[in-house]
Amino acid sequence: MSNSIIVTKNLRKTFITKAKGKKQSVEAVKGINLEIGKGEIFGFLGPNGAGKSTTQKMLATLLLPSAGEARVNGYDLSTQQQDIRRCIGYVSQSGGTDSLSTGLENLVLQAQLYGLDGVTAAKRAEEFIDRFQMTSFAERRALSYSGGQRRRLDLALGMIHHPDVLLLDEPTVGLDPQSRAYLWREIRHLRDEGITVLLTTHYLDEADKLCDTVAIIDNGEIVAAGTPSQLKDDIGADSLVFGFASEQTAQQAQALLVDRAPAENTQVEDHLLRLRLSRGEQALPALLRLLDTQHLPVLSISLAKPSLDDVFLKHTGRSLREDQAHG
Amino acid sequence: MDKMKTLRETGLMFRRSMQHTLRNPIWVFLNLFQPLLYLFLFMPLLKSLGGVPGLPAGKTVQVFIPGLLVMLALFGSAFVGFGLVDEIRTGVIERFLVTPAHRSAILLGRLLKDVVVLLVQCLLITVCALPFGLGVNLGGFLISLLLYALIAIAMASMSYAFALLFKSEDTLASTLNTIALPVSLLSGIMLPLALAPLWLRDLARVNPFSYGVNASRALFAGNIHNGDVIKGFIIVILLAGITFWSAIRSLRKMAA
Repeated sequence: MSNSIIVTKNLRKTFITKAKGKKQSVEAVKGINLEIGKGEIFGFLGPNGAGKSTTQKMLATLLLPSAGEARVNGYDLSTQQQDIRRCIGYVSQSGGTDSLSTGLENLVLQAQLYGLDGVTAAKRAEEFIDRFQMTSFAERRALSYSGGQRRRLDLALGMIHHPDVLLLDEPTVGLDPQSRAYLWREIRHLRDEGITVLLTTHYLDEADKLCDTVAIIDNGEIVAAGTPSQLKDDIGADSLVFGFASEQTAQQAQALLVDRAPAENTQVEDHLLRLRLSRGEQALPALLRLLDTQHLPVLSISLAKPSLDDVFLKHTGRSLREDQAHG
Repeated sequence: MDKMKTLRETGLMFRRSMQHTLRNPIWVFLNLFQPLLYLFLFMPLLKSLGGVPGLPAGKTVQVFIPGLLVMLALFGSAFVGFGLVDEIRTGVIERFLVTPAHRSAILLGRLLKDVVVLLVQCLLITVCALPFGLGVNLGGFLISLLLYALIAIAMASMSYAFALLFKSEDTLASTLNTIALPVSLLSGIMLPLALAPLWLRDLARVNPFSYGVNASRALFAGNIHNGDVIKGFIIVILLAGITFWSAIRSLRKMAA
């Protein structure tokens, strides 16, 4: 508890919208409880409209919570907003780069707005230009930047005042693989410096590989939270697919395995047999021997560990991948 | 202490806006195009009207230019909200709101730039009107610049307030056009309201900017200690205060 830098209790946000003269209330965030440790990379994983950004905006002092309380770095969100602003950095999805100014001008002004004098601000801007390898374009106006260059400037703007907490809204959306890898390295680097990062993402691999803790959020509520491996272990079973020569063989194999092996949720699809079982890599050799002795030759095998998508599916009944395909 | 901080932040925001303007100075002059057209293509029409009520013969330029400058202050500032909508959309304003900078500084810096641009434009128009026989009372002229600055602050604040409210160029454009046209027609900018039928004059009395135009004409005539001037200033100051306050309110409430 004493190690937590962000704590929220029952944080809520209800938007009142007027449609055709009728007032409608939309519950965007329905009571979120968080305890985020210092120096952690904490990820909100969820589809668009799940309430990730709204929660983050409340913590960034951009939105007033409708109910509940929150502390950031020990400061109360409802009464000590100015103190919170001094110790957080926020990078929105759109970034907030002033495209009519140069990268250098953007950085210097941002530093000055945090109270640094002109000379110190210029020095600080140079440090960040070096650190984020922006020397070749820092003196150009930002409207000429590529997506990756702009994102680096966005990140530098959010960090110029050395915040304790950095809030990143969908930091790698629309970036090419190199820029993405670069940003991930930088974010890990921040954790090494003891900076707490709270990011939102709808990318499964980003939540899985980058975040120390993931909270899966859907419909304004956290449906599951933990380290990525904890979450996947909760699913337990791996997913195994055998390919056979025909549907008939697949069905025979299904009957055999249900009878003689610890397989769950078996399912025949055409000539494929799908099943779930725990510690698949250890169970597999015995299953193969069993099928072989019964003259049911296996033509192909695929074994997959549970993914965060399986976790999402388990808790919401939907796949995050499908959501992405439709969104 | 807090005031010094806000003042410094206003200066920083002003410098940023001014840099943008100076990098694209073409806009300062494009805004001048319309008033210059009025000066060269419309004012000559008035000459032959000289002698009707409110337009003393041979002094049409003396009546027309003070009105034209108010029009410049009105229309030059009415559309500044578009730049703000763009910066709301690209997240620039949100980024400023997350910093500890004072909310009013974000708007004050922009307003200050709007005022500087307007004053430069007013000087240019006045200089262009000198060959047409415009007589300038220096004291009156300097005070009138203050009046135009206040009108610009009122109009620009209104534009910013709507920009923060609608966050959309389309809605902003139609709203501003709907307001700007009747406001200018009912202020006696083109022709003095002395020519108007009584009902129209009564209608103009509701328009705060018509008092600005009266004050502007009095000041150009050198009547500094004139009731119209005092009335004009009081009304314009009140209007600027109200619109600025509502713009700040919209900024605070932008996301909440």
